[in-house]
Amino acid sequence: MLLSEFKQMEEILEYLKNDNRVFLLGCKGCAEASGTGGIADVEGMKVKLEAEGKEVTGFTTVDFLCQKALVKSRLAPLTSQVMEADSVLVASCGIGVQASANSINKYCRPLCNTISLGDQRGKWVSFERCRECGDCVLDYTGGICPITKCSKSLLNGACGGGSKGKCEVTSEMDCGWELIYDRLKGLNQLDKLKVYIPPKDYAKFHVPDKLINSTLYDIEFTEEGGV
Amino acid sequence: MMSFQESLGKYTITCEVGPLKGCDTAEVIEVAQILSGKVNAANVTDQQSSVLRLGPLATSHLLQENGLEAVLQMTNRDRNRIAIQSDLLSAAALGINNVLSLTGDYQSLGDHPHARGVFDLDSVQFLATVKTLNEGKDLSGLDLHGVPNFCAGAVVNPGADTEAAYELQIIKMEKKAELGAKFFQTQAVYDFAVFEKFMKRISHINVPVLVGIIPLKNAGMAKYMNKFVSGVFVPEHYIERMAKAEKKEQEGIKIAAELIKGLKDMCQGVHVMAIGWEKVVPEILAESGLV
Repeated sequence: MLLSEFKQMEEILEYLKNDNRVFLLGCKGCAEASGTGGIADVEGMKVKLEAEGKEVTGFTTVDFLCQKALVKSRLAPLTSQVMEADSVLVASCGIGVQASANSINKYCRPLCNTISLGDQRGKWVSFERCRECGDCVLDYTGGICPITKCSKSLLNGACGGGSKGKCEVTSEMDCGWELIYDRLKGLNQLDKLKVYIPPKDYAKFHVPDKLINSTLYDIEFTEEGGV
Repeated sequence: MMSFQESLGKYTITCEVGPLKGCDTAEVIEVAQILSGKVNAANVTDQQSSVLRLGPLATSHLLQENGLEAVLQMTNRDRNRIAIQSDLLSAAALGINNVLSLTGDYQSLGDHPHARGVFDLDSVQFLATVKTLNEGKDLSGLDLHGVPNFCAGAVVNPGADTEAAYELQIIKMEKKAELGAKFFQTQAVYDFAVFEKFMKRISHINVPVLVGIIPLKNAGMAKYMNKFVSGVFVPEHYIERMAKAEKKEQEGIKIAAELIKGLKDMCQGVHVMAIGWEKVVPEILAESGLV
């Protein structure tokens, strides 16, 4: 279980300064239980974005965004709506955003910060990882997480220690920043790398006080909706 | 000899001093005396290769006390942002005004593989931190009592071996320049064509570049670096020369001097990393015609 919360609209709109048309993607796993990825949450975000003058080309939810096969099969009938959009906005934990970015040939942007596991370990079958840093940077990095994919969690590019695309720590691991470069190049978004990312707010790594002793979130059934 | 900061933009000569493990400072002082007046400044490495040694702050102070201007190297591996700012202020209080920002090798590569790495900041954010301190504030925006005036520099690797790694180096270099880097020192270069291409690629970045030179001691060292050191490539013809030479050390000095001469007009300085062989730096510089 990964707890997520929506980013501030100000930050989301900054990501969208060059995008007018967006497709919204929610997750009915942990994110729905967190109040971010369910169909009602996605519809709420649609209303907010439309109020800001954005066109929503379509929206849907997937049972578990961390299952890439489910993402692909759910979106296959909606391909034209996805491709009409300038970017896909994903309401989920950091893994859902990365799994979407890996599955969809369109820039995928995070709508949420992943704040905590809420002390529950979930299970997902994929290579994407999320360290619940509470300040998601996936919009800058093409949907590949530098916190978990770079050994040193660097935010402004590779350390220079890699060799032949592999990390200096072990040749069995790809250099996360080279993966980010290749992804952004493929999406024609290399300018993203020019943005200076300031030091991280590590205070956000702490589990919020209100969660430490709270009861567990339930994953409730919600009626299928959207397009 | 001009001060380091005066020399920037003209032709700057720096070298590297690596502190030893332990608190015996006799060798550091001896090296300072040998190099004083021969170079504009000496970089002091910071737990190079993640191997524990005497600290660069104390060593830089000792060099300056013995007539050799220091460039304090600082990695982000072992200090969080509080320690980094504190060490920077300590450096300024001791009159150490040149600093070099480095990410730092990963801790598992050194002699304390079980240590926890910090990496609270990266090498770009480090430069932003220096800039903030120079403006009289700390990273929380609070006023400093006494404001430093650092000349901060950074590193770049012209020999990155994939398109992604190469372009990432350049993008990072651009960010570093925007955040106030006053000089760049490079990874060791052994190939004129590679360096010329690199300097053309970064001609839009108007910051002095000091080309890195590592004198070879023998052919084995060259082969080792080719295999294990990121971005270093010693061409076969140098390896052959080292293998055939009767006086290997003299041949290594000769090659280093040739490289310095050949690269001189492409950049704004040289940075000799002798790795424990600091005593030959004056000879290399003399052989290259620089001093």
